[in-house]
Amino acid sequence: MEAAAQEFSSVVQAHRPQIFRFLLASTRDVDLAETLTQECFLKAHRNWDRFRGESSAMTWLMRIAINLEKDHWRNRRMQFWRHTRTNSVDLDEASEWLPSGERSVEQQMMAREQVGQVWRAVEGLSARQRTVFLLRYVEDRELSEIAQATGLSEGTVKAHLSRALGKVRAELRGNP
Amino acid sequence: MRLSRGLPEELHEPEVDAALEQALSNFRSSVHAWSEAAYGQARPVAVVRHVSWRMAAGWALGCVLAAGSVAGGVYERHHKQELARIAAAAQAARQQKLAAEQRARQEDEDLLAKVDSDVSREVPSAMEPLAQMMAEDQAR
Repeated sequence: MEAAAQEFSSVVQAHRPQIFRFLLASTRDVDLAETLTQECFLKAHRNWDRFRGESSAMTWLMRIAINLEKDHWRNRRMQFWRHTRTNSVDLDEASEWLPSGERSVEQQMMAREQVGQVWRAVEGLSARQRTVFLLRYVEDRELSEIAQATGLSEGTVKAHLSRALGKVRAELRGNP
Repeated sequence: MRLSRGLPEELHEPEVDAALEQALSNFRSSVHAWSEAAYGQARPVAVVRHVSWRMAAGWALGCVLAAGSVAGGVYERHHKQELARIAAAAQAARQQKLAAEQRARQEDEDLLAKVDSDVSREVPSAMEPLAQMMAEDQAR
């Protein structure tokens, strides 16, 4: 019992930042990402004894996070009569974030422009394409891990990825 | 990060892929930087209101039960009134029937009494004077 609690605690410490990052990239809402991350680990804690280790803990957690995000948007659609506000930052604000590196002002501007273009392309993706794209190019997940986390076949994951990349390419060319 | 890893061949466009790789790398760095900055911030956690639909369902169920109880009570009262009205009508009909029967029996009895009195005469009325004379002779 004590060992299981310790094991779960180490899983939280190891994977919480990645789950938060994925949810932040998916929602562009810091508060929502934090809330969904908490829910994700709460759910994981409740079901920890059922985790059999068939996939990695990270893949299992990612699957929970994807489902929670899906449920969240579904509930938002069902509550259309309620005044719901969103804290999502706009694309320009999201593009402002760049790592502090040794770059010239021009390079920084160019990088910011590129980040904005990718965000615009991501905005136009379907929910599945976006999830697959973010898992691959933000979280560096393998195709097999993405397939496990999303419940899709690897072929379908590839198809979603290629469509998503096609949209990013089109955005970079200036013809979205 | 290799862009072409796991992608279909037809999607490779060397002249675009260099720019694409650069853009994806910047995008990744940007999201990581944003996440690291946001992750460290202390902020109040929004309370997720899971109870909203449950509360609505509870209210709906409560309203249905209350409406059902009222409708049931009204129906029961109406049903009892109807039964009482039918019982009263049946009682009145029964009493009317008894009264009619009693009246008919009374009429029959009166008729029979009249017939009896008529039949029980000792002599017909036409011979009444002769009978009186005979009675006087006997007395003498």
